[in-house]
Amino acid sequence: MSATPVPAPPHTPGPRPFRSLSSGNVGAVLERGFTVIRNQNWMILVSGFFEPVLYLLAMGVGMGGLVGEVVGPGGQPISYAAYIAPALLATSAMNGAIYDSTWNVFFKLRFAKLYQAMLQTSLGPLDVAAGEILMALFRGFVYAVGFLGVLALMGLVTSWWALLMVPVAVLVALGFAALGMGITSFMRTFQQMDLINFAMLPMFLFSATLYPITVYPEPVQWFVMAMPLWHAVELMRQLSVGHLGLVTLVHVGYFLAMTGVGMWLTTVRLRALFLR
Amino acid sequence: MDADTNALAYSGRAPGHGVMAARARARGVWYYAETVLRGMRAYFWPILLYSVGQPLIYMVALGIGLGTLVQQGAGSVDGVDYLTFVAPALLVSTVVMSVTAEMTYPVMAGFKWQRLYHAPAASPLEPGQVALGHLVAVVIRFVLQSLVFWLVMLAFGAAPSGWAQSLLVVPVGVLTATAFGAPLQAYAATLRDEGFQFAFIQRFVVMPMFLFAGTFFPLSVLPTYLHWIGWISPVWHGTELARLASYGAPVSPLMLAVHLGFLLALTVGGVLAGVRVYTRRLHS
Amino acid sequence: MTEPVISAQGLRKEYGDFVAVDGIDFEVHPGESFGLLGPNGAGKSTTMRMIGGTLDRTGGQLRVLGLDPGRQGPEVRAHLGVVPQQDNLDEELRVRENIVMYGRYFGLPRSYLGPKADELLAFAQLEAKAKAKVDNLSGGMKRRLTIARGLVNEPRILLLDEPTTGLDPQARHVLWDRLFRLKEAGTTLVVTTHFMDEAEQLCDRLIVVDHGRIMAEGSPRQLIREHSTREVVEVRFGSQRNAQVVADLEGVGARNEVLPDRILVYTDDGEAALEEISRRGLHPITSLVRRSSLEDVFLRLTGRTLVD
Repeated sequence: MSATPVPAPPHTPGPRPFRSLSSGNVGAVLERGFTVIRNQNWMILVSGFFEPVLYLLAMGVGMGGLVGEVVGPGGQPISYAAYIAPALLATSAMNGAIYDSTWNVFFKLRFAKLYQAMLQTSLGPLDVAAGEILMALFRGFVYAVGFLGVLALMGLVTSWWALLMVPVAVLVALGFAALGMGITSFMRTFQQMDLINFAMLPMFLFSATLYPITVYPEPVQWFVMAMPLWHAVELMRQLSVGHLGLVTLVHVGYFLAMTGVGMWLTTVRLRALFLR
Repeated sequence: MDADTNALAYSGRAPGHGVMAARARARGVWYYAETVLRGMRAYFWPILLYSVGQPLIYMVALGIGLGTLVQQGAGSVDGVDYLTFVAPALLVSTVVMSVTAEMTYPVMAGFKWQRLYHAPAASPLEPGQVALGHLVAVVIRFVLQSLVFWLVMLAFGAAPSGWAQSLLVVPVGVLTATAFGAPLQAYAATLRDEGFQFAFIQRFVVMPMFLFAGTFFPLSVLPTYLHWIGWISPVWHGTELARLASYGAPVSPLMLAVHLGFLLALTVGGVLAGVRVYTRRLHS
Repeated sequence: MTEPVISAQGLRKEYGDFVAVDGIDFEVHPGESFGLLGPNGAGKSTTMRMIGGTLDRTGGQLRVLGLDPGRQGPEVRAHLGVVPQQDNLDEELRVRENIVMYGRYFGLPRSYLGPKADELLAFAQLEAKAKAKVDNLSGGMKRRLTIARGLVNEPRILLLDEPTTGLDPQARHVLWDRLFRLKEAGTTLVVTTHFMDEAEQLCDRLIVVDHGRIMAEGSPRQLIREHSTREVVEVRFGSQRNAQVVADLEGVGARNEVLPDRILVYTDDGEAALEEISRRGLHPITSLVRRSSLEDVFLRLTGRTLVD
């Protein structure tokens, strides 16, 4: 039997400034990501969605009984559940993106040696990084849609603006994922990785998620307002009731800037991250 | 320099092999606990940071911050201010969260990833001693962690019953951690794949216990059909006991017996199951 | 003759329907180096674990220093040093700490373990690495550390399961040298291996096992003499032609063996056989004359090669 050899498609490198970092084949990394999701127990994907829902039920319903009503973004009183719901969506976008871009990447680098295999091919580090970030955004998008559905069912959606919470969740995830991956490039040991978890907990608890920051003294308030999660929480909260203003743009701007910085950091650190 | 191989094989300084076996039979649990504790030394600073930082963060955020909202709403809970109400529950919950981390992936590492358990299993130690030794080391860590939390409670003035009675939150925290940790250890020891089940335990067991089992609000706030979540949760039983210790929450003698009995039964059952599973796995 | 340190009669291990060890008999005498040679899955590791008291047997008799490993596990294991197939060093402890903590499992006091650990590190040529992280050791160093750890209780018997699998040639020779010294000092060695050169280097006496049964027993030289010729000629005619050519090789040696990639001609005079082959007008792509090895013994006994 004689087989005509099939010529390999020509190798097309990425755009000029990234030629040494990318082959322009992010699609292959994404394809692998989706294959993994398909092979995985589907409960793993679904279960990630339950955490914010459980928080909403426990804190909204349970704590709501002790707290009563609180003051919403426009000054009007809203239920405690309606107050924390947008904050939980922001937090879940942050947690998912951080996990995907830090622990997940660290584990694959150190133990699974997955990237080692990927980078033996024509794939460049930029393709791998972009692929991981896009996978994180995909998961963030799915969870955000699901969570918004739960909010609608519970009667906590009162404005059409709330639909924008989904793209905003993806933006929040992008900001955290880009920065998280840059930070992971500096990490060498598990203990250092634990520090990331350790920074996330106070960020969640102090960023106006469960109660307004007015309970703190003024210097503490300024500190909280410098933190990314606070901006995400405020942005979501304003969208949830449709109370928008100039400050909304400030929050969006914060995340655009954070994404830019994160992307820049990740790109300059790519070699340190993957080629070590 | 080359070693004297003859002295290596027989130095005359070692006790007889029969003595070694007898010592291992008598004190093997402690021998293995010592190894685990030494291993934890590599994580000493993170553990200390965690043990001190976590209570501070939770007390400020949930006790004082969230407490401000409760003050404006319901006022007091269970007859005390919110900080006092939530503090003993936070102690119990944080220790249970830590035991979840200690009794899942490290157990998997022992059998599979780093095969740490296989080294003592080839020595005179018995598998049951390995299981218990690991648990004992973790319990020792939680005695310290609970003590730190108790000191933070005292510093925040969140233990009105005074230090002598409120000190009992420490054994309560440790007992609750063991009641949850021992069965979890036995379960983790049965797993042969990559341990994705641990994420489920975190999301569907630990997280609901933290959120619904009377930590942030009394069970009575929830609709009656959800109360069972508390009844089957070690966290709820431990939290009730810790509240009795720290501010004299009303707990009848009958319920006191129920709480203690439940936690002790889980501990004993978990340990027995753990010894069985470890023996089966390391000797087959 | 002295009392054997290990004796097995009809030793058997079943996992459900699968018989891993199918009623084997052997004895190991004090001070000797005893080998179990066979391919992967022959039942060598299973046998080792039964000797080591970490696996209960299904049937038969087993005595280690007169004790029953199934009933007196701790007493038996106190006499043994164990070097498992997969390293299980504690990566959260430093190199020296690995030895000390392992010694604690035997109830050994720190006053004994301090100097002992240093002697063992010297023996394993790891003095410079005493404070290093286990993670940073090479494969050969990890193996030597595992052996040093197994010697902390001054064992009468050292069990080595595939001691050099995965090591480079240089590291293997360093390890063999260390094991040889131990044997000289009177420690009984029990070694499993699927490498014939390792068995020839290390073992005074060995059993060849396959499918849980003993196929042959004796010293390496004895086995080769009984089951093979003095020399072997390896000829290759290309994977397509080997099978056709073999008929033309009839009578050149005592017998022929056809493998997928080569033909083995067994003979007492290799050079003469090679001349006879070219006299018959056959021109192999490559040819090699070598001495017979345990590999040939195994092939003769089972019809299969040791390393597939």
